[in-house]
Amino acid sequence: MADSNLSTGTETSARADGRAFDELRPFKIEAGVLERADGSAYLEIGGNKVLVAVYGPRELHIRRLMQPNKAVLRCKYNMAPFSVDDRKRPGPDRRSVEISKITSEALTPAVFLEKFPRSTIDVFIEVIEAEGGTRCAGITAASVALADAGIPMRDMVVACAAGKSNGQVVLDLSELEDKEGEADLPVAMMPRTGDITLLQMDGHLTGDEFEKAIDLAMDGCKKLGEAQKQAIINRYGD
Amino acid sequence: MVTIIPEIIKESITNLVKEGERTDGRAFDEYREVSLETGIITKAEGSARVKIGKTQIVVGAKPQIAEPFSDTPNKGVLMTNSELLPMAAPNFEPGPPDERSVELARVTDRCIREGKIIDLEKLCIIEGKKVWMIFLDLHIIDYDGNLMDAAVLGSVAALLNTRIPQTRVEDGEVVLDTENTVPLPINEKALMCTFAKIGDELLIDPSLEEEDIMDARISIGVRADGSICAMQKGGEKPFKREEILKAVSIAMEKTAELREYLD
Amino acid sequence: MIFVDDKEIVIPGDVLADEEYHAGRGTFREDNKICSSLVGLVAIRDKKISVIPLQSKYIPRRGDVVIGEITDIRFSMWNLDINSPYSGFLPASDVFGKEKRELNKTFDVGDVLFLRVVDVDEVKKVKLGLKGRGLGKFRGGILINITPTKVPRLIGKKGSMINMIKDETHCDVVVGQNGVVWVKGEPSMERVAEKVIKMIEEQAHTSGLTDRVREMLSELLGKESSEDEESFEEDKKASEHEGSSEEDAPEEEEENGEELIQ
Repeated sequence: MADSNLSTGTETSARADGRAFDELRPFKIEAGVLERADGSAYLEIGGNKVLVAVYGPRELHIRRLMQPNKAVLRCKYNMAPFSVDDRKRPGPDRRSVEISKITSEALTPAVFLEKFPRSTIDVFIEVIEAEGGTRCAGITAASVALADAGIPMRDMVVACAAGKSNGQVVLDLSELEDKEGEADLPVAMMPRTGDITLLQMDGHLTGDEFEKAIDLAMDGCKKLGEAQKQAIINRYGD
Repeated sequence: MVTIIPEIIKESITNLVKEGERTDGRAFDEYREVSLETGIITKAEGSARVKIGKTQIVVGAKPQIAEPFSDTPNKGVLMTNSELLPMAAPNFEPGPPDERSVELARVTDRCIREGKIIDLEKLCIIEGKKVWMIFLDLHIIDYDGNLMDAAVLGSVAALLNTRIPQTRVEDGEVVLDTENTVPLPINEKALMCTFAKIGDELLIDPSLEEEDIMDARISIGVRADGSICAMQKGGEKPFKREEILKAVSIAMEKTAELREYLD
Repeated sequence: MIFVDDKEIVIPGDVLADEEYHAGRGTFREDNKICSSLVGLVAIRDKKISVIPLQSKYIPRRGDVVIGEITDIRFSMWNLDINSPYSGFLPASDVFGKEKRELNKTFDVGDVLFLRVVDVDEVKKVKLGLKGRGLGKFRGGILINITPTKVPRLIGKKGSMINMIKDETHCDVVVGQNGVVWVKGEPSMERVAEKVIKMIEEQAHTSGLTDRVREMLSELLGKESSEDEESFEEDKKASEHEGSSEEDAPEEEEENGEELIQ
């Protein structure tokens, strides 16, 4: 048996958790889960548990951030101290700051900010349990929370990561695959147009592998997009 | 950001209270619906999700091996932290814990510590060098009144749910046996009961609007054996001695009811 | 060509129709297609397709009547929270004319008023006014917040729904287009009205609502004793309500829940 926890790869071999190369981890999405927030969503994928709340549009009290002709979208990504194996000290760290920024940039193209001058739309993402791929989970849930809050958007935004693990290009890396793998490629897109609003790559891929990976990620996004819609429809349980 | 409560709302709640009623139809000594789930976060060695009314808190307990405090070399350590997350209410702002958050963590900590819920001496591994340090993190995700009772209930539930690896000492080093976990040494189940004072009345488990208009608040921590282990008065108006004694007596009864949720 | 049914729930980005149709509220045009920008219910009226939002904030429009709370007093105006991302201001001149008076002696922080939106500029600065029948300060009663998009449903066709509530509970009810509702009557009746209004808000998008409201009212009122009715009559005479008792929110036409759903 190999030393690593991952099985040796061929295109069709199963991964450590038994998934096919193009299979998402089990997931569920719920909309409207909090009382006080204007919109909210809860998402589980693999061992990830992410909760998002949206407030807005609402008055922005910090004048220097205010835009005269549109709303500002402010995102804050945060991990609970108990969400990871080694307790994380509360408060933002550099990683959270970066993820907050790219999350905001992933969502902004979708929102009709011009409809709400001089206001703010605040998105709060809390990871209460982490298992690889929290930034994508955060974006996917945030889009549902924004829709739940009644904020007008051109399209939903959905995110998913592909990567390379044990020589194989795979979809939706688990925490283990992310740690021991060769590449991680989180992607966010607006499903109707296929416009990509987030793209990061970490690791090493050939041109071909990259193309395979991005196609896998976009496919994964489409599947998650259907779940987003279902979550919203279920909220109004007709 | 201060929310200004309309006079109309303040009057209507106060008038109802004078008539012996509350806006949600509860009795003065009645809790809202309570729900408690444990073991919901696998990465935390102990966890709980508590709801009182729509107030919701996720509590995670994570133990670490650490050095004890110099004045208690043979005791484990409890560290309680609370985050009033900006998602929990429109007027909660992101940033380091503010005075409310700090008070919540410290009162919860006191109730657990003075309630002697955990037998801290049993958490000592090598005296003066290595003890278990339990980090209790309160993540407030939805605020609808009465954080204290929810925080303590959730914390006790998370601690009851916590399992730590067995330890043995080999050549002066601590060896963890993560395959064999044991529960925390729990002796007691102290819980908290909070009252809002509105006019001359004491209302248990204040709702959000009751908290917004109340004159003062008193929280009382009571152990299963009926003794008091913590108290905290809040708010800007005073209490009379009789009011506090009355609250204590009701708290003793009511915490026993809350304790049933732990089973 | 149309791709959805009337009253179907759609989400942002859903394609509703092609260029044959006109883009109504809650939709936008992109590449010869009409798409939804909101979570809401499709409303098809002739060749116009709209989406009625299930959730939204109140955005003030000139002519609306709203219920607001005074949050600040400045040199020559009051600032009000009108349950919107945009706060409103009421100029002192609107109330005093040319006389100078102390603002807080007339209306103080925490007071709740029924006002008209006089003007909204391009950056959404909202000017409010008190000139008009029924406008003014509320005394007593309770306040209930509902999603602004549900206001037409609460009012009902030609006021049918809101009048049913008023008649059955014998309460004064004023509905602001900004989703704030004021109810005044005998305290237990106020609570009945509150429960019913909250139920309407929750179920605004469903059918058969009118009947369920009628049922809920008789169920809740059946519990009230006739004793309460006597003491309420005295209260009503003594009450100091300054506004008028009929709902002043003008009826909405087309693209509104009231006609969409039952």
